[in-house]
Amino acid sequence: MTIDVADRRPEPRVDNQDPALFGQTPSQTVGPFFHYGLPWKGGADLVGQSDMGARPELFPEAHYVLNQSSPTGTPVGAVIELTGRVLDGQGAPVPDAMIEIWQADAAGRYAGEPGSDPHFVGFGRAATAEDGSYRFRTILPGAIGAGHAPHVALSVFGRGLIKRLATRLYFDGQAGNEADPVLSAVPVERRATLIATASGDGVWTLDIALQGERETVFFDL
Amino acid sequence: MSYAREDAGAPPSLFPDYGSTRTRAPLQPPLRVPQTRTETTGPAGWDRLMGPSLADLTTQHGGVPQGQRIIVTGRVLDEDGRAVPDTVMEIWQANAAGRYIHGKDQWDAPHDPNFTGAGRVVTDAEGRYRFVTVRPGAYPWGNHRNAWRPAHIHLSLLGPAFATRLVTQLYFPDDPLIEIDPIANAVPMPYRQRMVARFDMDVTEPNWALGYRFDVVLKGREQTPFEEDDHDH
Repeated sequence: MTIDVADRRPEPRVDNQDPALFGQTPSQTVGPFFHYGLPWKGGADLVGQSDMGARPELFPEAHYVLNQSSPTGTPVGAVIELTGRVLDGQGAPVPDAMIEIWQADAAGRYAGEPGSDPHFVGFGRAATAEDGSYRFRTILPGAIGAGHAPHVALSVFGRGLIKRLATRLYFDGQAGNEADPVLSAVPVERRATLIATASGDGVWTLDIALQGERETVFFDL
Repeated sequence: MSYAREDAGAPPSLFPDYGSTRTRAPLQPPLRVPQTRTETTGPAGWDRLMGPSLADLTTQHGGVPQGQRIIVTGRVLDEDGRAVPDTVMEIWQANAAGRYIHGKDQWDAPHDPNFTGAGRVVTDAEGRYRFVTVRPGAYPWGNHRNAWRPAHIHLSLLGPAFATRLVTQLYFPDDPLIEIDPIANAVPMPYRQRMVARFDMDVTEPNWALGYRFDVVLKGREQTPFEEDDHDH
């Protein structure tokens, strides 16, 4: 029996579609050239309508196809800025990293949960600048429940990072830091790598050290 | 409820053949912590966050881009084979000559004014997605002497939760550069093959475009709560 030429198919390879290999798709780096594809204008501003987060100077304007910042209404809560630098194992700034944040609203509810602030998306994205710095404008999150301290979840991506690095940002001096179930799982001597310090009016600073003596604690999620 | 940890196909953070990992990969092992609502929730409302979908990368400018038109389609699933609906997939890639539109890409292959190389779609109720684009070219990079990246498309998925966040790369079948590429090689065999799309005649459209199928599998829900399987007494 012959198969009609129009119905012939190549032999299946051992590949993405092989049922014997079914499982988590492995992680790969974002590489150095993600700026025209991921961080949009306003992605780092969860409160207002600025262009924070993007690096549009890195490619021609005609090729900016990402979102424009759009009105969201004003979320409830104290407006804060989160900033810091991403540093490599030699202390050098990382100019081609990207940070994402995920956080609760001022009442401790995540977007999509019942009663959450309709004007707060809770998610932000920022490319680092040439000096390795990142900057978000957001609101101070509420505690997500009894025993939890206010915090912001962070993801770090970049050239040389094969996997997303997950960590958290806590706020120095906040009630509940001592009892927080995640922060208290971190060895005492490394906890400071997760705690942002107040450095002005509503500005919280936390450097992210990818490697080295003050290496940030990253989580196995 | 919590999400599963990495499976055996996960690459290490430090993979010295990929030179940039040497000063950027954390050297401490990642710390296992309990998952809370922070890790088991995630953003939604993609139009508001990221704008309308961009599923056809060949019609973003005045003319038709150079290169082989292709369709890339598949499903986003979890480890238990359940569809992941209403999640955003963002893609970015080089053009047919292997050149990125990015200003720091110094390779002298030509730019294509009709091709940016960025797109995004939201999965449907069955977790399906579909892009039309051009096949990206391979390109040289500075990792080692005569280093070339295999043709690839970058993919970014948020999934249902912070815990399921994934960025990966899609490779093309029968590309001899894959087996010597330090980035792809960070993933041990046979799991590396999970990143190789399948050429599919049933996705291919007559007189129009070649078709590739690629499913993305995100971490699934863990049956046993963290507190019960991790008590050290």
